[in-house]
Amino acid sequence: MATTSAHGDNYLNHEKGLWSWLTTVDHKRIGLMYMITVMFFFLIGGIMALLLRLELFAPNAAANVGGVLKNGDVYNQVLTYHGAIMVFMVIVPGIPAILGNFFLPLHIGAKDVAFPKINLASWYCFMAGAALAVLTLFTKKIDTGWTFYTPYSIKTGTATVMMVLGAFIMGMSSILTGLNFIVTVHKLRAPGMTMHRMPLFVWALYSTAILQMLATPVLGITLLLLAAEKLFGVGIFDPALGGDPVLFQHFFWFYSHPAVYIMIIPAMGVVSELITTFSRKVIFGYTAIAYSSLGIAAVSFFVWGHHMFVSGQSETAGILFSFLTMLVGVPTAIKMFNWVATLYRGSVTFDSPMLFALGFLFLFAIGGVTGIMLATLPINVHFHDTYFVVAHFHYVMVGGTLMALMGGFYYWFPKMFGRMFNEFTARMSFIFIFIGFNVTFFPQFILGAMGMPRRYFDYIPAYESLNKISTIGSWLILTGFLFGLYTIVQGIRKGAIAPMNPWRSKTLEWTTSSPPPHENFKVEPIVTAGPYEYR
Amino acid sequence: MAHNNNSDLNVLHPHITPMSTYLKVGGALFGLTFLTVIAHQFNAQLGAFAAPVAFLIALVKAVLVLLYFMHLKDDTNMNRVIFGSGFLFLLVLLFFSVLDIVTRVTEVSPL
Amino acid sequence: MSTDSATHGGVRSAHVSHHFKDATQEYDSGKQGIWLFMVTEILMFGAILVGYGIFHNIYPEMFAEGAKTLDWRMGFINTLVLIFSSFTMAISISFVQKNETKKAAFALATTVLCGAIFMVIKYFEYSHKFHLGLYPGHFLDTAKVGAEHANLGMYFGFYYCMTGLHGIHVLVGMGLIIWLLIRTIRGDFHSQYWLPVEGVGIFWHIVDLIWIFLFPLLYLVG
Repeated sequence: MATTSAHGDNYLNHEKGLWSWLTTVDHKRIGLMYMITVMFFFLIGGIMALLLRLELFAPNAAANVGGVLKNGDVYNQVLTYHGAIMVFMVIVPGIPAILGNFFLPLHIGAKDVAFPKINLASWYCFMAGAALAVLTLFTKKIDTGWTFYTPYSIKTGTATVMMVLGAFIMGMSSILTGLNFIVTVHKLRAPGMTMHRMPLFVWALYSTAILQMLATPVLGITLLLLAAEKLFGVGIFDPALGGDPVLFQHFFWFYSHPAVYIMIIPAMGVVSELITTFSRKVIFGYTAIAYSSLGIAAVSFFVWGHHMFVSGQSETAGILFSFLTMLVGVPTAIKMFNWVATLYRGSVTFDSPMLFALGFLFLFAIGGVTGIMLATLPINVHFHDTYFVVAHFHYVMVGGTLMALMGGFYYWFPKMFGRMFNEFTARMSFIFIFIGFNVTFFPQFILGAMGMPRRYFDYIPAYESLNKISTIGSWLILTGFLFGLYTIVQGIRKGAIAPMNPWRSKTLEWTTSSPPPHENFKVEPIVTAGPYEYR
Repeated sequence: MAHNNNSDLNVLHPHITPMSTYLKVGGALFGLTFLTVIAHQFNAQLGAFAAPVAFLIALVKAVLVLLYFMHLKDDTNMNRVIFGSGFLFLLVLLFFSVLDIVTRVTEVSPL
Repeated sequence: MSTDSATHGGVRSAHVSHHFKDATQEYDSGKQGIWLFMVTEILMFGAILVGYGIFHNIYPEMFAEGAKTLDWRMGFINTLVLIFSSFTMAISISFVQKNETKKAAFALATTVLCGAIFMVIKYFEYSHKFHLGLYPGHFLDTAKVGAEHANLGMYFGFYYCMTGLHGIHVLVGMGLIIWLLIRTIRGDFHSQYWLPVEGVGIFWHIVDLIWIFLFPLLYLVG
């Protein structure tokens, strides 16, 4: 087996031309197609985030720098699109559809996912849904927030229907990906690859896929009912006809809380891979990490009411949900413990993927602990809909998922493109993102505790200095991602040819050439040991 | 089902349900549909039992369809578990939504 | 791509796509995928049934008033039609497995026909309701139809959402069965390759299964 095959036959040059990409059923190419589209939407969502922060640079009363978005209506629209794009088009598909698609079959020694055509169909569903959703920008824009809460979403502009249909179709895409992954894990493992020999990233994707299958259909019907409510006034969520808007929230969060774990569990899987590789040590508590992924997935269905503590939900339900939510801390803490225990006495090297993994540990710990604070019913009532909540979920979603996505992306970059990236610029991207992220979002915890409400386009002068710090932080994050973009583009175009296994990892994908050949392995691998045989 | 004991996994051995089974099941489904409609005529007499009777009949019909028409009877345990899990999580949705709505109205503020 | 079913000395061989090791693996994977998809159908319809159950308990009289406007005979006939179509769908798989292509095609055609009959009856039911002014939600003029309950529109909201979503599934199912019919006549399916027939069959039975519950829920229990 050659150490490099950048000029040999590989999945990138197996077929040529745009048409061969648009009709490909190769999971690796579909992964790359997802990568390009997700990066595009991340750019749009990111620009909106920068605009929001720019608006909040100063209170409008002293509008010298602030006030870029003219008025509160525009602010609300930008906020809605930022949320909807980042959730439905970036973070939910992010790790599973890009890294999962690319590496799940490689990890378990399969030639492809179980249903390659359905895999391609899921990308087209994603594109169609995303197009519908983004096209609402050119109609009457929506301003409901990404949660589409009734009754406001029924009363505001008609673009809501188009937007929720877009989200519905993207949900289909998510379901198809999940279905594919479950069957692939069950049926396509190479000889000797038992469930307990699978890399932890596969376990994480498997748990995520279960969530995608079980939760997304409920979002689908909820969004359809919302569209029906809007078009035909069916009255199910409309108090004027005896309907219940809070029931909408129940149905919505039955999906959208598990969706939070659809976003974070794959990130945990990536971090498990990174930490064991760059500690050069067998992962501590393999089974505990594997089953805690399933545990988080299971518990996630019992906790959605913590989004609704002040919605008019009953106190009894609130207390129960508060208690159940704290249970999520148990499997999450098991993971944290095992990662730290893996680092202990490992030969830790600080390559850029590892920096992102360690950044994940730090930021996710803050995000997770503030999550427990928010789960506490009386504290939540005080913090509800303040910047404390905004800071909390950005620490988990950005500090967790995006950090892991970036780390995983650098880690597998040599395998995906057959080239190395510039380590210096990659580290610079980490430094700027990590510092910028804390500068942006840590002040928001304080702002929230001071009582600054979220989703407002203006604030009282008392909040000004912390908001200024936060906005400056957003520019640091921008710088970090520009470094990241440069690293990727420069690496793809001019990077040194990557060896087969630059990080000396032990999982299966590193036993094939970089980039992998068309059907992944020249000879079907036979697995005889666990995934992390370091020492 | 395509369970194989011989070495050639490339030859499928379909589990062919005999026509007589399909006829029996189809007949039973027709019969049960008539039964539920007959029971409907006695709704007044059945009172509170009208709904449970109707749903019990529907449940029996559903089980027949699942086992014989959808061949769950001859399927793998994994596929049974997969299908069953859908109902389990539906119960979760029902339980918490109902819990909220039922406990919501009975609460009176002590203030 | 895939090595399509080829004839080896008169005996049809199984269909194995490039990324599967053997026909058994491909068949088992396909079957599992279909069942997973059925779970999503159950949860999707189930959620709306949860909503129905909740509001039925809050407004039992209003739902009873709504249910009175439905003609159980229509639902009864439609139930029989759909059960018969499920039966023909099920036997078509047996025929394919026994290489009796003509009989299979006939059974599939009957299934599509039953689906069409179901939709025609549904059309008459809908148009009758529109004629009476029984529209969903806000569009129902309570004074005009002489409703006893001010929120009767909600019952019809549920009625149209549930039967409408079910109707869309019937239409999708009919489309899929027509696709199967064309492929059956073309001779794509045989005793070594029938997975698409079985998969669409399971989908069609799910549609039937949902109707088995919708019928008593909407028409019988008032």
